[in-house]
Formats: sequence, structure tokens, C-alpha cells
Amino acid sequence: MDPSSLLQYLITGLTLGSTYGLTALGFTIIFNTTGVINFAQGEFVMLGGMMSVYFMHSLGFGEPAAVVLAVLGATMAGALVERLAIRPVRDCPAINLIIITIGVSIFIRGLAMLLWGKDTHVLEPFSGNQPIMFLGAAIMPQAIWVLVISLFLLGALKMFFSGTIHGKAMLACSFDSKAASLVGIGVQRMVLLSFMISALVGAVGGVILAPITMTSYDVGIMLGLKGFAACILGGLGNPFGAAAGGVILGVLESFGAGFVSSAYKDALAFVILLILLFVKPSGLFGLKDSKRV
Amino acid sequence: MNAAKCVIALVACLLTCVPAFAADAIKIGAILSVTGPASFLGEPEKNTLIMLQDQLNAAGGVNGQMVEVIVYDDESDVNKCVMAAKKLLDQDQVAVVIGPSISGNTLAISKFFSSAEVPLVSCAAAEKIVRPVDPWVFNTPQLDRHAVTRILQDAKAKGYSRLAILTVSDGYGQAGRSVLKELIPAQGFELAADEVYGPKDTDMTAQLTKIKGAAADAIICWGTNPGPAVVARNRVQLGLTVPLYMSHGVASNKFIELAGEAAEGLVLPAGRLVAVEQVPADHPQKAVLEAYVEGYAKAYGTQISSFGGYAHDAFALVMEAIAKGDSAKSTDIRDNLEKISGFAGTSGVYTYSPENHNGLDESAFIMVTIENGAWKALN
Repeated sequence: MDPSSLLQYLITGLTLGSTYGLTALGFTIIFNTTGVINFAQGEFVMLGGMMSVYFMHSLGFGEPAAVVLAVLGATMAGALVERLAIRPVRDCPAINLIIITIGVSIFIRGLAMLLWGKDTHVLEPFSGNQPIMFLGAAIMPQAIWVLVISLFLLGALKMFFSGTIHGKAMLACSFDSKAASLVGIGVQRMVLLSFMISALVGAVGGVILAPITMTSYDVGIMLGLKGFAACILGGLGNPFGAAAGGVILGVLESFGAGFVSSAYKDALAFVILLILLFVKPSGLFGLKDSKRV
Repeated sequence: MNAAKCVIALVACLLTCVPAFAADAIKIGAILSVTGPASFLGEPEKNTLIMLQDQLNAAGGVNGQMVEVIVYDDESDVNKCVMAAKKLLDQDQVAVVIGPSISGNTLAISKFFSSAEVPLVSCAAAEKIVRPVDPWVFNTPQLDRHAVTRILQDAKAKGYSRLAILTVSDGYGQAGRSVLKELIPAQGFELAADEVYGPKDTDMTAQLTKIKGAAADAIICWGTNPGPAVVARNRVQLGLTVPLYMSHGVASNKFIELAGEAAEGLVLPAGRLVAVEQVPADHPQKAVLEAYVEGYAKAYGTQISSFGGYAHDAFALVMEAIAKGDSAKSTDIRDNLEKISGFAGTSGVYTYSPENHNGLDESAFIMVTIENGAWKALN
């Protein structure tokens, strides 16, 4: 195995992993405020990519405008999901809400299929298609965009949750929503905000990925699954864990395909995930859940 | 009293009229994957059948009888397909069934047709459908074996000896993989690498990096959109110069759109439907191809998809069998299908026999390349 192949696997893994990480971040944000796993997270990613394609190819916007509109559109979709599907049943147990999000994901996917068809679409890379050669490995300019934007989002979220009053209020809701409302936090507003932020993060992921992976109405299924796995790997509820989990999963997959067999790369990543959960059930960076009495 | 009489008269009229009309039209069943993952096959197939039915009936039908096509959507799901097959055989009492669109579904229902003694003309390509021959089951697409043979002929002519294969892990890819693994050593080539990717995978650089290390002379990729487009893009992104062959599964304009510039110069076997205007005027398929392309554009205002051609040929062959035997009885249709010889369809020139229920050979494929974003036939 020559070093340039090794580097190539690593770069592939990092790019793939960033996408899983961004989806996983979305899961974490909603989980942190509501205790609900939002299985429509993959659909937010899909909306980001598909809306960009729609704004650009059907409505004739330039790429930057299309991308911004798509992210805003998906954020609105996140708000609508909270308003129409989650808020009316907010007093139900978390498990009911989780099942509702599964329904929402099927609904959004069906709607996208009817609106935009079943075809796969491509989005032009932000800055050209010419690979940069680095020590014998090829790096796509888009992969650098993905890595930089992912890191930027992660930093921004960190600032938001630990540095702003809204972020802290959202965290407070996740610990105890009753206590949070007693100290004057608008819990419903925070839940709405969390859906919007996670839709935004998902949509940004979808937009920056579409030039590499292409997009279609059903890309959300696999991304949602991998993102959820990344979340569990990193420890549910920890944003850094989620991002790290995604990157680890991506790199494992890529090296699995390179060294063992490409036929078993998904299986390999999930087997390692299972082993890890046997050893450390709370995930790599998860805190031990202390039982409230 | 008068009103009651009227109702009775009306009912009596309906009871006598409706069966009379139904007996007049030849009922043809169709089970197609109009929705679901295989909708890229089923949707054009359904459009094609409806178009052909209307064209035929407008021209006076076959042997003076109208034709009624009953289409059921199996949603690419094997259980729905089985239910649709039972409904067509038991309830609708059709004379012949066209479809299903995908191989797995065809294999799941084929056994019902010998007991019901109704012929099935499948639009799916798996070799298992027609080998060993089931007397009641036919298919119309070119077989994987024909496509692989054409690719290997081309590879031999170019002097390649070490071939790498990259196949998708679904039914289509794995059927292709087993034929490739059989024919590559049998034709004197060396299998340099055998890589697989998932149908939903979005990055194949790991597999291509591995193939790069195996020093292959050429890569053969076997899959349907969008996977092969990703492979084509990744190949260019990695700066690989190894020639890349694709399968006939991507022979549609969608592939060129998805792969963009990365599609330039790729070589693949395809039916003549992708490059109709480049088919020589004296070729037996020329007239059929042009009529199909024009008719489809007129009926639906869109370009044809080469996959709809499988349904076109199934319908045309059934009509030929009915016209030939002057009978729309299921057993006669079956017998007369086997007697069809040298019949030009969109996918190739069909010659069925009791031993051959596919009817095509590798001449049904031409090798094509992609030049300036358009298909170009190689000789």
C-alpha cells in the first residue's frame, strides 16, 4: 500500500465523514432541546440540495443566490415541520414525536418526488472541477469547501450554545423543560428555533455536498441513517461528538473499502459501531446518563 | 311502473352490451414498475404501451379486433407484483401479459404462467428468465452476456489484457458481475480487480484508488444511474487515464447530464435506440426506430428513453404473433411467438424458437462513445 493511496483514502473519508457529521449535528441540536430524534433530518439535507438545483436550473438564479435561497427555504421547512407536526402534539411522550418525524420524512420525500421528479440532479462545484494534486493524491476544491464550511458551522454552533443567551436557554430546555419555563424561557420558541437551526445545518450540508454526491429526492434516507449512526458513535447530545463520530465513520468506511473489501464497507463501519457500543454504550464522547430520582 | 321497466331494460342492455364489447377487445395485461426505485424503467414502458395501444386501435386493431391494455403498477415491489399477476390471470382473464420491468419480479411470478397457460413477455433482462427455457416465458431486452461479449470484443481489438471490474451491489450489478467473472477468463483476459459499490453510494474514489494500484488496462463498470456517473466523475477527479467501459444500463441521456464532461470518451454497448439518426438507412431496424421516436415525441412531447423500447418490442412481438396465427388465444399466441423469425424491433432483430426465448444475439448492441455531450456510434 503506497502512501499516496493511503492519503487518498483519508481525504475521501474526511469528505464523506463531514457530510455524516453535519447530518449528525442536526440530530443533536433537536435532541438537545426536545429529547426527540428527528428522523426527518436527512430530508432537510435533501431539501438543501434539491432546492438549490431547482432555484438554479428551473428558475435561473445564479449559484450563490440559489444556494442562499435554498438554505433559507429549508430553514422555513424546518419551522413548518415544528409548527404543523410537532407543536400540536407537544404534550405526547417523546416516542410518539419520534414516530411523527418518521411520517414527516416520508411526507417530505413524497412531496419532493412529486414536485421535482425522481431523477438525480447535479449542482456545479463552487470553484471548478480541477483537482489539486497533493503528494500524489487528488483533492477536489469542493472537498475543501465541505471541510471548511463544516468546521465553521461547528465553531459557530459552539459559540451559540455556550456564548449566547438563546443557546443557553435551549440547553436549559433539554435538561428540564418545566424548570426552564419556570425561569422564564419560552420553551416552545426554543423548540421552534432548534428545528430551524437543525434544518439550516442540514441544508448547508446538502448544498455543499450536492456537487460531489449529486442529489435526488431520496438521498435523505441513507444520509439520515449514517448521520444517526455518527450521532450514536460520538455520543448522543454532544455536538462535537456528533461531528467527530461522522468523520470517524467516513474514514472507517473509506479505509474499509480500500483495505478489506468495497462490498463490505458499510457492514464494516457498522460492525465497529456495534463493538464500540458494547464496550462504551454512551458513545465515544457521551457522558454517563445520571438517573434523576 | 314505467320507471322500473326502464331500469330493467337499461340493466338488461348493459348486461348484454358490456360482455359483447369486452369479448370483442383482446385483453393484454401489463405489470410495470411505474413508481418506486425502478420507475426509470416502468414509466417509459407504460407510456409506450398506452401509445402503441392507441395507435393500433386508431388503425383498426389487429385482425379486426380492438386491443385493450390493462396496466398494473407493482411499485417495484415483488409482493405487489405477485398480486397483480394473480389479478390479471384470475380476474381480468388476459390473453397475454407484458412485463414486469425488473428481473426479480419476473422470476417471482413466472411459475404462475405455465399453470395458467398464459404467455408472459418480460421486459427484464436477467438470463435466468429464459435459461433454462420456460415454455410460457419470453423476454425482449438484450442479455448481459451479449453486452459483455461486445465489450470484450472491443477490449481484445484494442489489445487490453488486464481488466478490472466495478459493479453495483444490486440485482443488475451482480448479474453482470457473474457474467463478467465467467467471460473475462474464458476469453483469455486477466481479472485484475473485482470491486463493488452500493446502489446509494456517492463516492467511489476508494474503489478506483484500489483499481489504480492493480495496474489494470481497462475498467468495466456495471450499474444503472446515478452510480456509474459518480464513477466517471471520480475517475477524472483522481486523474486516472485508464479507459473506462460502461454497461448498457446507463445508455440514456440522463447519464451524460449527470456525468458531464467526465462522460467524454467513455465506451459502452447500447441498443440502436440511443443513436437512431446514425443507424444506416438500409438497416432492418431503421423504420421501426424512427416510427417509435417520432410517435413518442408526438404523444408525450418528450424524448424516448431506451428502456421503453423493451415494452415496445414486447407489444410488437405479441401483435405479430396474433396477426401471424390469426388467433388471440393464449396457447396460439405462445406457439406463434416461437415461430417469429427475423422480426425487427427497437432493441434488435428477434428470432424466437422453442430453445431460445430471448431471440437476440450480440448484434443487437452497437458500441457507442460519448463525444461533445452526444452519443456517437462506433463501427
